[in-house]
Amino acid sequence: MNVIWIAVIILGAVGLVSAIMLYAASKKFAVKEDERIGQVAEVLPQANCGGCGYPGCSGFAAACVKAADGGSLEGKLCPVGGQAVMEKVAGILGMAVAASEPKVAVVRCNGTCANRPRVVDYDGVRSCRVQLLSGTGETACAFGCLGGGDCVAACQFGALSINPETGLPEVDEERCTACGACVKTCPRRVIELRPKGPKNRRMVVLCVNRDKGAVANKVCKASCIGCGKCVKACAFEAITLNNNLAYIDPEKCKMCRKCEEACPKGAIHAVNFPPRKPKAEKPATAATGVPAETKEA
Amino acid sequence: MKTFKIGGVHPSENKFSANAPIRKAGLPKQAVFSLYQHIGAPAKPVVAKGDVVKVGTVLAEADGFVSVPVHSSVSGKVNKIDAVVDASGYRRPAIFVDVEGDDWEESIDRTPDLVTLAQRPDLTAEEIVKRVKACGIVGMGGATFPCHVKLTPPKGTKAECVIINAVECEPYLTADHRLMLEKPDEILVGVTLIMKAVGVDKGYIGIENNKPDAIALLTEKAKAYPGIEVVPLRVKYPQGGEKQLIAAITGREVPAPPALPIHVGAVVQNVGTTFAIYEAVMKSKPLFERVITVTGKDVKTPSNFLARIGTPMAQLIEECGGLPEATGKVIGGGPMMGKALMNLDVPVCKGSSGLLLMTEKESRRGEPQPCIRCGKCVGACPMGLEPYLLATASALRKWDLAEEHDITSCIECGSCQYTCPSMRPMLDNIRMGKTTVMALVRARNAK
Repeated sequence: MNVIWIAVIILGAVGLVSAIMLYAASKKFAVKEDERIGQVAEVLPQANCGGCGYPGCSGFAAACVKAADGGSLEGKLCPVGGQAVMEKVAGILGMAVAASEPKVAVVRCNGTCANRPRVVDYDGVRSCRVQLLSGTGETACAFGCLGGGDCVAACQFGALSINPETGLPEVDEERCTACGACVKTCPRRVIELRPKGPKNRRMVVLCVNRDKGAVANKVCKASCIGCGKCVKACAFEAITLNNNLAYIDPEKCKMCRKCEEACPKGAIHAVNFPPRKPKAEKPATAATGVPAETKEA
Repeated sequence: MKTFKIGGVHPSENKFSANAPIRKAGLPKQAVFSLYQHIGAPAKPVVAKGDVVKVGTVLAEADGFVSVPVHSSVSGKVNKIDAVVDASGYRRPAIFVDVEGDDWEESIDRTPDLVTLAQRPDLTAEEIVKRVKACGIVGMGGATFPCHVKLTPPKGTKAECVIINAVECEPYLTADHRLMLEKPDEILVGVTLIMKAVGVDKGYIGIENNKPDAIALLTEKAKAYPGIEVVPLRVKYPQGGEKQLIAAITGREVPAPPALPIHVGAVVQNVGTTFAIYEAVMKSKPLFERVITVTGKDVKTPSNFLARIGTPMAQLIEECGGLPEATGKVIGGGPMMGKALMNLDVPVCKGSSGLLLMTEKESRRGEPQPCIRCGKCVGACPMGLEPYLLATASALRKWDLAEEHDITSCIECGSCQYTCPSMRPMLDNIRMGKTTVMALVRARNAK
């Protein structure tokens, strides 16, 4: 019997001493976390996508709290939650939030199988980055989409898929949260985050080819050849021409659609606009005039 | 017989053109000189449109230490400076020259007489390196690393021996083999020049024993050159890899990057480069032509050409009897490490050792099957790596795991993919992972 009591007493004593030590240690080395971090993290979507530029949602919450202590939430945006979540975050932190435009990923390449002839057969690993090692990919275009689907693999929201007919990725605008994972993954920088625009309407140059006009024209039917007609057509100075490539500034664009008509190659696209009634045949006639236009350029 | 210890494979040799003497390829109508014919900074053009150039005229000069000049291989007029799709598959700046006649620079000694080092006692080591650089010589086995850099050992290192890479372990290729049979004396003098340049008195010429005629000829001739020894090697791919060759001949292992062969006292040069060094130093002839093998199972007359740099590949194929009907792939280089060409107008450049025309059936890859964990790739890897792991890590974008398992040590020889019974595209992924990891390491070191 004695033996049992001794054991109980020794164990009890060890337990008691350990408990006291642990209690003291927990008091002494306690890490005080700002309560607000937990509260902010709770309203975030918990996708941990990293689209905000911070490691996961808790990292972003910590950054928000720090920014709020600094006086402003400017530049902090959860692309997944968007404006609604940022307003909640601002409410917790007692700050005002600047209005931000919702964005969407745009694949700036229209080099479909029909527009851009495949010049070689590639039968290696289906990955853009691997394809890049062996040259310009299946087409002769050194800038456009490779169609390997690295962006599809990078998207955590299932917003991207390769259309087997065109060989190009398509963005599901409902699912796209503009986290930017695809933009970072694309080895050719084809994908861009652009403001969704009023009523989801926007004007985009669907080409990233920076070769000279003659070269760009040869490799793809829908390439921008840098002729500059759109720049002249634009009344709002929204279009700039850099390295033989036109770019529409979404901030300045007023959606007048003049550039779309001016483009001899049909590289400028009006997205989500209702179809035009009177001039429905226009793109077809423009396409036949391509060779003459190119010579001028 | 000597060989390297770790890994290696033995693909069927298919050296169809081994008995075809080197013949001169015709002059092209227009020669195209890429400015990216070497590793390092691209050359800077010094000619403009309309300039008249001769054979051997400098077209573009070296831009920095790790860079070499580009010389014209033809005489004529500069047509334009524009982009051309070169063997890399990318459009890169190049100089186009319209060919008129065949007018050589007077400084080039065109006599066939042999000039030995004994006849030129005034040559110093510095002078040799200077001439090698001025003549635009690069590693002609395919790596195209500027030759003068290798001949200038970095501070704190000491060369102990020169190793001449005459292994030609790539199947199909015979350019080096023919060169050894036809220019043995010039090559041996070239070896003495390299030995003098790096200040050593021991030179080895490593030749695989599938070239017994070359071994016999060079062994006989080498008796007149003290310090040079011909080392027959067992046939095993990738024995032509720098590190494998050093291991095979000296038994020393080059440590993982950033260590270089010079850290174990070896200076390795390709046999074609050695011949080019001889011509540059003794004959003042810049590197503007090279031996290139054009071969393939369906090629009518597999040949070894002495082709001018800038000749379009299509012309060489024409001279071999035209493109066979069922050609599926045209590879610049050998079948193991070569790269498929995007089109046939790709010009011959300083690193073009061969042109392989594969039939449609040969060029198709099999459907990849799941890995069966047989470990053949691990056994075949000459660098002692784990290819299956590196490939998976790269495919899953686990860069830190790939780096941990020394992906940067991979020499991209393709032995893993060659042995894989499941036909898994390991090298594709490893290459991608290697370039990514190397970029990450560079970015980290730059910080």
